[in-house]
Amino acid sequence: MKRRRTIRVLLIVCLSAAALVVAPLIGYRLINPLDVLGGGLTELEMQIFWDIRVPRVCLGALAGAGLALSGMVFQAMFRNVLATPFTLGVSSGASLGAALYVVLGLQFSLAGIAGVSLWAFAGAALAILLVYGITLMRPGFSAASTLLAGVAVSFFFSSLILFTQYLSDFSGSYRIVRWLMGGFGLVGYQAVFSVLPFVVSGVALVAYLLHELNLLTVGDDVAASRGVDCVKARRLLFFATSLMVGGIVAVCGPIGFIGMMAPHICRLLVGHDHLRLMPVTLAFGAAFLVLCDGFARAVTGSYAEIPVGVITALLGGPFFLWLLVSDTGGGRLMED
Amino acid sequence: MSEAALDVHELCFRRGRQDVLLEVTLSVTAGDFVSIVGPNGVGKTTLLKCLMRILTPSSGRVTVLGKELPAYHQRELARHMSYLPQSDHRVPPFTVYEYVMLGRYPHLSPFSTISAADEAVVQTVMDRIGVSAWKDRDLHSLSGGERQKVLIAAALAQGAEILLLDEPASFLDPKHQQEVFRTLGQLNADGVTIVMVTHDINSAALHSRSIVALQHGTVAFSGASEAFMQADVLRRVFDIDARFVDHPQNGRRLLIPEGHA
Repeated sequence: MKRRRTIRVLLIVCLSAAALVVAPLIGYRLINPLDVLGGGLTELEMQIFWDIRVPRVCLGALAGAGLALSGMVFQAMFRNVLATPFTLGVSSGASLGAALYVVLGLQFSLAGIAGVSLWAFAGAALAILLVYGITLMRPGFSAASTLLAGVAVSFFFSSLILFTQYLSDFSGSYRIVRWLMGGFGLVGYQAVFSVLPFVVSGVALVAYLLHELNLLTVGDDVAASRGVDCVKARRLLFFATSLMVGGIVAVCGPIGFIGMMAPHICRLLVGHDHLRLMPVTLAFGAAFLVLCDGFARAVTGSYAEIPVGVITALLGGPFFLWLLVSDTGGGRLMED
Repeated sequence: MSEAALDVHELCFRRGRQDVLLEVTLSVTAGDFVSIVGPNGVGKTTLLKCLMRILTPSSGRVTVLGKELPAYHQRELARHMSYLPQSDHRVPPFTVYEYVMLGRYPHLSPFSTISAADEAVVQTVMDRIGVSAWKDRDLHSLSGGERQKVLIAAALAQGAEILLLDEPASFLDPKHQQEVFRTLGQLNADGVTIVMVTHDINSAALHSRSIVALQHGTVAFSGASEAFMQADVLRRVFDIDARFVDHPQNGRRLLIPEGHA
């Protein structure tokens, strides 16, 4: 069993890497990989490949990896299948932060980091503080109640976003709507570099806490008795997820589904040991979102794109349901 | 008598406006096997959680192996003391091996992978408790009794000299109960200090050397098991009229349930 799972880990990581390499070659115009290596690209192809597709794939990979990892962390911390950046209100918190930045017409950056990313991070952190604060007020709060609180916070923030949209002028309103659909429409290397530090630092923090995540999955009492400082671990993990979700949502919009399904699919495939689960979740999340984005581009041509969130759910939903009912996965969900 | 493994002095714990524990004072000698008994809801579990620093007492002092509890880093505490909570009926989503390996946490550092020494400890513990054969099975696929043995193995993998157990055998069938208590007896014989919470007076009387009885959040009795199994003590603590019978194998006094003609 252990051997089989290790093989699966390697297989998924390799396949995902391959998908990421192939992704920039496909689209409305196919590009021959030999031309890229041999320098046989035309001027136009050079532009399409290096200026549009490569940064777009990088952005998609960062977003997919970060959102999937955030979902994995939330599921472990709340010991619940439904805990995701979306259900806990973190995505809508980040969205609200970014929407406010747009509506208020702010333009600033801090130490090279875009203001909108910082606002989205603040929104994500605020949502988590709210949900977590509510759970702290009543000791013994169940995971289900926490999720309900998260859903309430999520709706509250979503309404505030609609409200800001109502207050803003036509162009601001349009920007918010387009951005809420999620996607990688506005790209270039600048977008990649504004997401990169958020995702990298978040991933590093989570990697630092993998043993703790394993024990939090078992429950706080056991975790504490094994020597985990649960309060500190939770704080760091909340900070890490706020960073990732905030940084990604600010640029790509709230892309749904991936944070929920990618980690579940990976749990079903390789089990729950986070030392094994984390690399798989990162690789799978990255490749899956990039493929969905490629699919969105290929189906509709380069001008009228379907939002990538639509494709992630259309492709991932049936696959997930199949894994859920078949025995091929061999793994299990969080609880059943 | 040898040194104290645990020393609790006037420990109080309040939940809201209610006193759960009120000036609990007790001492556990190193190498002892102590049962904590008492009516339901008297604060037995709360006491264990305060000892493991899962809950923070409102006042009072706890000393573990001569060092006060607040002076410990949680990881350091876990190297000396291990805790098996009462089952919350949620099965951790791990295989047996993975779960027992989680017990090595206080010996691991971040980013580290599992060392050969950790693997050796886990293997020894699994062999000892008799769960090696299920190594690669999911905890879900085991029966309640089998799973409880794995949970005990995981607590042992911590390598602690004090073991806190909350109702370790309460929901098990007789065979697994026997196995669990046999294991605990062997561990105790090897020098592990055991503190066990139970609502079952007979398993306390049969397996432990000392008994601490809690009543209304405070210590109503503390002493040797034999001294506890007396009609007046049981009337005072549990409000029952006790009838006893002697165990045919070791002569220990046991409580017999009330019968109706």
